[in-house]
Amino acid sequence: MRAPGPYRLKARADAAPVEFRFDGRVVRGIEGDTVASALLANNFRVVSRSFKFHRPRGIFSAGVEEPNAIVQLHSGSHTIPCARATLVPLSSGLEVSSEAGWPNVSFDMLRAIDFMHSVFAAGFYNKTFMWPNWHVYEPFIRKLAGFGRAPTGPDPDRYETWHAHCDVLVVGGGRAGIKAARTAAADGQRVILVEQDDYFRGDASSLANLENVRVLPRTAAVGYYDHDLVTLAQTATGGGALRPRERLWLVRAGRVILATGAIEQPLIFSNNDRPGIMLAGAALKYLRRHAIAPGRQVVVATNNDSAYTVARELRRAGVNITAIADSRECPPDELMREMMALEIGVHAHCLPVDTKGFGALRQVTIGTLGSDNNIRSIRKIACDALLVSGGWSPTLHLFAQAGGKLRFSELSRTLEPVADHPKIEIVGSAARASPGEFGKRLSPVCNTARQWVDLRHDVTVSDIELSVRENFTAVEHIKRYTTLGMSVDQGKVGQAPGIEVIARTRGILPSALGHTTFRPPFVPATLGTLVGRSVGELYAPYRRSLLYTVQASAGALFEDFGEWQRPAAFPRAGESRGQAMTREVKQVRSGVGLHDASPLGKIELIGPDALEFADRFYINNLKTLKPGRARYGIMLRETGIIFDDGTVVSLDEDRVLLTTTSSGAGRVAQWLEEWRQCEWPNTRVVVVPVTDQWATVAVTGQHARAILDRLKPECDLSNEAFPHLSFRATRLLGHEARIYRVSFSGELTYEINVPAHKGSELWAALLEEGRSFGIAAFGVDALLHMRMEKGFIHVGADTDGTTLPDDVGFGKPAASKQTHYIGKRSLSLPEHVRPDRLQLVGLTGGGATPLPVGSHLRLAHSGDATDGWITSAGALSVDGTPVAMAMLRAGRSQMDQIVTVHDGGQIVTTARVVAPLFYDPTGARMNA
Amino acid sequence: MLNIPCPYCGPRDETEFTYGGPSHVTRPELKSTDLEWTHYLYHRENTKGPYRERWLHSFGCGRWFNVLRDTTTHEILKVYLMGEPGQSIESVR
Repeated sequence: MRAPGPYRLKARADAAPVEFRFDGRVVRGIEGDTVASALLANNFRVVSRSFKFHRPRGIFSAGVEEPNAIVQLHSGSHTIPCARATLVPLSSGLEVSSEAGWPNVSFDMLRAIDFMHSVFAAGFYNKTFMWPNWHVYEPFIRKLAGFGRAPTGPDPDRYETWHAHCDVLVVGGGRAGIKAARTAAADGQRVILVEQDDYFRGDASSLANLENVRVLPRTAAVGYYDHDLVTLAQTATGGGALRPRERLWLVRAGRVILATGAIEQPLIFSNNDRPGIMLAGAALKYLRRHAIAPGRQVVVATNNDSAYTVARELRRAGVNITAIADSRECPPDELMREMMALEIGVHAHCLPVDTKGFGALRQVTIGTLGSDNNIRSIRKIACDALLVSGGWSPTLHLFAQAGGKLRFSELSRTLEPVADHPKIEIVGSAARASPGEFGKRLSPVCNTARQWVDLRHDVTVSDIELSVRENFTAVEHIKRYTTLGMSVDQGKVGQAPGIEVIARTRGILPSALGHTTFRPPFVPATLGTLVGRSVGELYAPYRRSLLYTVQASAGALFEDFGEWQRPAAFPRAGESRGQAMTREVKQVRSGVGLHDASPLGKIELIGPDALEFADRFYINNLKTLKPGRARYGIMLRETGIIFDDGTVVSLDEDRVLLTTTSSGAGRVAQWLEEWRQCEWPNTRVVVVPVTDQWATVAVTGQHARAILDRLKPECDLSNEAFPHLSFRATRLLGHEARIYRVSFSGELTYEINVPAHKGSELWAALLEEGRSFGIAAFGVDALLHMRMEKGFIHVGADTDGTTLPDDVGFGKPAASKQTHYIGKRSLSLPEHVRPDRLQLVGLTGGGATPLPVGSHLRLAHSGDATDGWITSAGALSVDGTPVAMAMLRAGRSQMDQIVTVHDGGQIVTTARVVAPLFYDPTGARMNA
Repeated sequence: MLNIPCPYCGPRDETEFTYGGPSHVTRPELKSTDLEWTHYLYHRENTKGPYRERWLHSFGCGRWFNVLRDTTTHEILKVYLMGEPGQSIESVR
């Protein structure tokens, strides 16, 4: 007799050979093979090691339910962990490696664990590795478990996301699915038909030619979400670099037809995990698709009729079927007669009770059940393949994900729908249990520590028994305590026997038990598929000013500020970012600088009620705002917390222009709209965000007026005619221009707005006219430093989700404004008037030690852990003194006190509390 | 992902919308007590079942509207305009 194990009966003559590598060894399959069928054809019996005990495991199934043959695929720089060998089509040059086993799957030293298996019961890790804590042991235990290896480099593949709509989504390309798709298509409906395999059982090609039908092979429906959104994971084959490897489909269907078939369930007996033991239906698939015989001496064990088809076809293909064990007392007569004619012995009322073999299977022990359902006699049969069938569980994962209710049926011994789902129709074998009567699935209780219920996670009957003894009796608790049906399995193999084992242990009916939650994804989907194109530069939307390129060519170092990519600084050769910032500050303070302020939010309010409407949002009184003047304003949430700040100008009697923080423009526009639509629908105003319509260039410094004057604006720039905090709508360089005289830096500043596409022209003109003054561009770092020296708050940096106007020194306008504004009522709540609230102060440090932003402060004799923290800091541009802005408990009454500065758990320095104003205290420079 | 029927644009994916919390929250008078005011600021019903809430079609028409949604099934029972009186399960069925 030739070597035992599976073999190819007769390869198709025209099938081209395909070579691949398995754990470094060259293996030859043929075109049309999966990795699993090629391994079987080459008599690889051990293909992996089990999760916990490192027991040898062979190929158990032929589809998505495969618990053993989980492999890692490599091809060039591509790697995919956790692939099921049963689903991977063979391709030339593919590198496949098993995920467990040391030094390799055939000889695994860690098998030693198996011989101490009684120690490794459910909850073993939780009970044992507690001291000093789990994290000490976790890395070793993870290594033992043999997970796949995550790739270390960036993923070279491309992924896509598609949205699709259809009238009917058919899941499953079997006969029932194809028939349902054809019927719907003939009815003129838009149909999508998906099949996770790359071939259809039936004629799908004629469907693919129809205009209203989209046929998607290699596509798994992985999730069913709210309002009938179904996600599909599609794998592309071959193709060039331009082709995506996988595609995620989000399908909104009018109706979903589940033709998802059924998954065969195993039988539970001792040592039911040996290589050579395979689901009977899987053996039939390998025979029909790949002409592979599961072994030379085959035993079939079943509790239902379906395995007889397998025996019949194998026998006709010339495979030796040694025996059939049927757990039913009286298998159907016609099957008995047919088997007799095929010279196959059927042992009725018999179950496998144990197996033998080191590595692979070589003997099975069959037990005959007595009338009391205990084993009456046993018989040992030599074999190299044992095909098991414990009945079929309809694949109702998507139905359950959709909220459909399932209950275990004692008749069909599986989960069945309790009620219909309004959008889902179930057809084919997913709709009905296999015909005929079902026998026992569990062998009588004996050595339950060696009876596997979940092969993937090495969960045995004894684990479930222990769990019940320790009072984890609900299915959801047992699942978590034992890991039964967790992770990739998601209740595919062993769901039904698992429920039966729990019910038997608890002494109740399985139908009284319920089941665990079916969670998406139905089959593993790669993170790449889920993420699609949202990686790298496309991870999140970003915005760039129209002056981006101009600034890039000026050497800008860009940084993300909110959603905007803005120049942090313009470092020159050899300069660090910090050095560049210091130089830029000096440049502006002593001469003149140029800054792109385009991201500054700009919103127009248009309508007769525009000013009245704006007034309801600011703590500052806008009723007295004169045309041509700009007023600084702070906006609050209804809770009184500072939300945004900016300026308000009145363009004419029914037009108001607001500016907001750069990152707040969207939020503020939405906020205004919400109140307009929901609370004050009768106010005659519209809200028009205009940030992108204008380019804003700020020219800052003592020479600013002289430079702007050279561009000949159609307005008087003198300090008397155009003072600080005023605004002119005028013309410049032949264009409409809106010029603000405001200052965030503390220097004389004109913020010049021109139509967005004229921004670079303005930038170039200012550079040109400013050349004789030594003008240079400066970035956000310098601007933020200069405003810190002036003690101007930066909303979101100096303020947080607790800061009220009074906390940052704006209590007076907020209190004196008589008319209503949003947030006003909240300012008088008891918590908001406590004297010990955090208040904005300045700090000056001694020596050269910087005052780190974020460090905590403590007052002398303080009993509290913290009395506040530093919100902004830097070294003064005039003499390098470390200074900071900080929020300090009752800060305004702590002037000249010394606080300790705590960073990283240590006192790093001390600082003196001063007013938050370090530069030009009279404001002479910005008013010049 | 919900499929929300915007009363102005028709059914669209939830990702086009912004959630706005419960509808028909009455803003008290400014002379209300601290208790009334903080109740308005911070207290919200956490209903199991039909719930009236506001949605903004932020990546669409930009309009706010009301939705009556069952929080247990996500079923959208009714969509109605801002300013319309609050709908209840009785008024829908």
